[in-house]
Amino acid sequence: MDHKQMDYLDKLEAKSIYILREAYASFDKLCMLWSIGKDSTVLLWLARKAFFGHVPFPLVHVDTHFKIPEMIEYRDRLAKEYGLYMIYGENRAALDAKQTYPDGNVSRLECCKNLKTEALKHTLSGDWPRYRLNLQTGEYEVDEDHTAYTGVIVGARADEEGSRSKERYFSPRDKNNDWNVDDQPPEFWNQFNTDFAPGTHLRIHPLLDWTELNVWEYIERENIPTVSLYYNHGDGTRYRSLGCWPCTNPIPSTSRNVHEIIEELRSGALAGIAERSGRAQDKEDGGGLETLRRDGYM
Amino acid sequence: MLEDIMNIVVVGHVDHGKSTVIGHLLADTNSLPKGKLESIRENCKRNSKPFEYAFLLDALKNEQSQGITIDTCRCFFQTEKRRYIIIDAPGHIEFLKNMVTGASRAEAALMVIDASHGVEENTRRHGYYLSMLGIRQVAVLVNKMDLIDYSEDKYRQICTEYTAFLKEIGIAPKTFIPVSARVGDNIAFHSDVMPWYDGMTVLQVLDSFENIQPSHQLPFRMPVQGVYKFTSGGDMRRIIAGTVDSGSLRVGDEVVFYPSGKRTRVKTFEVFHAQAPVEVQAEDAIGFTMEEEIYVRRGEIACKAGETPPNVAVRFRANLFWLGNQPLKAGRSYHFKCGTQKLPLQLLQVERVINASNLNCESRQWVEKNEVAVCTFRLDVPAAFDTTDQLAATARFVIVDEYELAGGGIIVEALEDETYDVRNIRVSAGALSDTERRNLTGRKGFVVWLTGLSGAGKSTIATAVERRLLAQKIPAFTLDGDTLRAGLCSDLGFSDDDRTENQRRAAYAAALLQKSGQVVLVSTISPLQKHRDFARACAGDAFMEVYVKADLETCRRRDPKKLYEKLDTTGIENFTGVDSSYEVPKNPDLILDTMTDSEEYCTGALLDAVLKKLS
Repeated sequence: MDHKQMDYLDKLEAKSIYILREAYASFDKLCMLWSIGKDSTVLLWLARKAFFGHVPFPLVHVDTHFKIPEMIEYRDRLAKEYGLYMIYGENRAALDAKQTYPDGNVSRLECCKNLKTEALKHTLSGDWPRYRLNLQTGEYEVDEDHTAYTGVIVGARADEEGSRSKERYFSPRDKNNDWNVDDQPPEFWNQFNTDFAPGTHLRIHPLLDWTELNVWEYIERENIPTVSLYYNHGDGTRYRSLGCWPCTNPIPSTSRNVHEIIEELRSGALAGIAERSGRAQDKEDGGGLETLRRDGYM
Repeated sequence: MLEDIMNIVVVGHVDHGKSTVIGHLLADTNSLPKGKLESIRENCKRNSKPFEYAFLLDALKNEQSQGITIDTCRCFFQTEKRRYIIIDAPGHIEFLKNMVTGASRAEAALMVIDASHGVEENTRRHGYYLSMLGIRQVAVLVNKMDLIDYSEDKYRQICTEYTAFLKEIGIAPKTFIPVSARVGDNIAFHSDVMPWYDGMTVLQVLDSFENIQPSHQLPFRMPVQGVYKFTSGGDMRRIIAGTVDSGSLRVGDEVVFYPSGKRTRVKTFEVFHAQAPVEVQAEDAIGFTMEEEIYVRRGEIACKAGETPPNVAVRFRANLFWLGNQPLKAGRSYHFKCGTQKLPLQLLQVERVINASNLNCESRQWVEKNEVAVCTFRLDVPAAFDTTDQLAATARFVIVDEYELAGGGIIVEALEDETYDVRNIRVSAGALSDTERRNLTGRKGFVVWLTGLSGAGKSTIATAVERRLLAQKIPAFTLDGDTLRAGLCSDLGFSDDDRTENQRRAAYAAALLQKSGQVVLVSTISPLQKHRDFARACAGDAFMEVYVKADLETCRRRDPKKLYEKLDTTGIENFTGVDSSYEVPKNPDLILDTMTDSEEYCTGALLDAVLKKLS
C-alpha cells in the first residue's frame, strides 16, 4: 500500500467536502455566503474540490458599501477567474436614508443590523433585488431569480466565539431567521437535518471543526489566493479579520505572508488575543455577536 | 506542532463533577488564557465563596463578551503526546440529544461517577448510549473520593457494580480511576492520599487511548453522494462522488452498486488541484469515472466485486434510541437515512423497550423519548446496508420524523421478505378490483408519459424501453402519438380543441392498458400541462411524467420525420414550438436530456426509473 496517511488537514478537508456534497444533494435552492474573508474563501476552494473545479450554486455577498475597496476588487477578480454565479445584495433604503454608523446617525450595532442582518435576510428570501455579475461584461445586473434560498452555506467556525460553538453542521433557522439554540435537533453519524418546514431554511457549516490556524495552514498548503489586507506591507500592521473600514482596525503584526502568519499563530504571539479583537462592533454591548446571530447575522 | 488530535467526551449524571474534571485538566495542562485562574480565585474571594474548578468552565462559557477564543462546549488542551478537544456533554436528561450530538463526534469517553452517590440513572443511560453510538474506549472516573474519606472499599463496590452493567452492554472499560476533581487527586498527578491506587492518572489514561484507524482492510463501501456532470467549460466527465466508509479501491477494480447490482470498472479517480491517486481508502472524499456509462444514482452503495456484499432487503431488525418528542409508533410515516439513501420507513414491531437505567425489558408497541428499544422495520423499497457485526458504518441509520432527526439505530439483522399476503385475495362475482387483478396476475400496470417537442426522441426511447422490458418478461406497450392519430383519433385535427380531445383519448387508452397490467409508454407531444395533469388523474398513482428535453434547434436539425423541412417549405399550421406553444413540465418525475445524454443512457435511466416504480 503506497497510500499516504491522512493528516489532520486531509481529514478536515474530507469532512467539509462530505458536508458540501450533502448540502448540494439536499437543497434545490442552495447558496454560499462569501464574505471575501479567509474562511469563506477557503470554503469556496473546498467547493471547487468537492465539485471537481465547478461551483454549482450562487455565491452571495452582502455588500454594505463600506467594505475596504481591495475586498470588492478581489471578489470580482476571483468571480471572473473561477466563472462564479456571483450575487450581491444590499440594504438600499438604509443607505439612501443614511441610517449608518459612518453617516453618524446610528450606533455600530444598529448599523450592522441595517447593512448586514437586514440586507442578508432580504437577499436570502429574494424580496429585495439581487445583483448578478455578468461574466461577459463584468457588470452587475438585477438577477431574474427571486426564489428564496432554503440552504445557506456559511464559513462559521466553532472556535471563533461562544455562540458559534453551539452550531450544528446543519442548523435550522425558523421563518424569522431565528435560531433556537437550546432546542436544536440532534446530529450524529454523518447524518444531518436536511428536511425543513415551508418558510424555514438551514444554515450549513462545513468549517465548524476548523480553527483559525487550520485555515491558514490550508491556505498555505493549497496556495489559495487571499486579500492582501491580511499581510503587513511594511508599516507593521495587518488585518486579522476583515469587515467594513469604519469598524475594522488592523492589528500590530509584522507578518508579511501566509507562512509568517502561521508562525505568529503557533508561537503564541497572538495566543490569548481574540481573532475578532479588531472588530469594534463586538465590543459595543456585552454579548453583541450572539444577539446579532440569533437575528440572522453570520 | 502536534499533529495528533483526539476528541474526548465527558459524560455522567448531572452534578457528578464533569465540569470540575475539565476545569482541572485545563488548569493542570496550562491551557487557560493568561491570568484566568487568578482572576477567578480573586473573584471568589471578593464574593466570599470557596473557589471551585467548575467555575472556570462556567467563566469560559461566559467569556464571549470579552471576545476571547474559547469554545463553550468544546475545550482545547494538549499533552506531550497530542492535542485534545474535550466535549462537555450535558448531564441533564432533557439535553440527551445534545449529549448524543457531542458524544457521536468523540473517539473516547470519560464517564464521571460521584462516589458519594454511586451509579445513578444517567450513569447507566449514558453508558448505554455510548455503546449504541459505537464508542468503545471508556475510562470511568470515580469522583469526589474526598467526600467518602478516600475509602477503597466503597470505590471497589462502585467499580464492581458498574463493570457488571457495562459488560451487559458490551463495553469493557479501559480502567477505573479514583479521583477528586475538586482537589486534583489523580487528575494530572498521582495523589498520595490514596496509596492503595497505583494505576493511571486521568491524563495518562487519555494518552493511552488510541486514535481510531481508518478501516482499510474491511470490504470497500462508498455511499454515492451524487453523480456529477457539470458541463460548463466543456467538461464531459460523469463523476461518481462520495466518501469511502471502509476498505480501498484502485483504478481498474470492478465496482458493484447496491441495491441495483450494476457493475462497471473504475476508469479514473478525479480530483481538483492535486494529482489523481491510483488508490483511495477509508475516509477519503473521492470521485471516479467509469469504464461503461451505466446509470447510477445517489443513495446506492458502491462496493468492490469479490468482497462480501451488503444486504439488500426491505425488512430489518435494529437496536434503536429515540429522541423525538412524538413517540415512535406503527402507522406513522418516517424516513430512513442510511449512508446516502433516504427511503420511506414504517415501524413493524417493537420487540422490547429497554429501561436504560436497569436494562429491564418492557413489552409495548411504542417507544418514548430518550428510550432505547429493539424493533423491526419495513421499507417501501429495498435498501442496501450491512449488519453491525459486518461493518459498523453502513449498519447505522437514522430516522427522520417530519423535519427532524428523531432517532438512531444499528441494524443487527436483515429479515426475509414477507411472503405476499394471501388474505387480500377474494374471488368476486363482479368486476375485479385493481388490487385483486394485481394480486392475481402479480403484475402492476404503469403509465410512462413522455412529453417533448417533435423530434426530441420520445418514440425512440419509448420503443427501446419497451423492448428491454419485454426482454425481462414484463408486459409493455408503446402508445405512439402518430399511431393514435392514424386510428382512434383519425377524426381529429390540430386545433386547440382537437388537441385536447386527442390527449383525452390517449390518457384513457393508456389508463385502460395500465389497468390490464401493462407498462404503457405513451409517446406524444402533449404540449400543455393540463393535458399531462389529466393523464395523471386517469392513471392514479401508477403514473410518471417524463420530459424528453431537446430544444427547437436540435429537433429541427434532427428532423426524423422531415416535418421541419416541410414546415419550412410548404408550412404547417399549429406546429408545436413554432406557432403553437409548448409548456415545459413544471415538476416532471424524470428529465431525459437528449441534447447532452446518449440514447443508451436515456434508455437506461428510464428503464431504471420504471423498474423502481414496479418493485
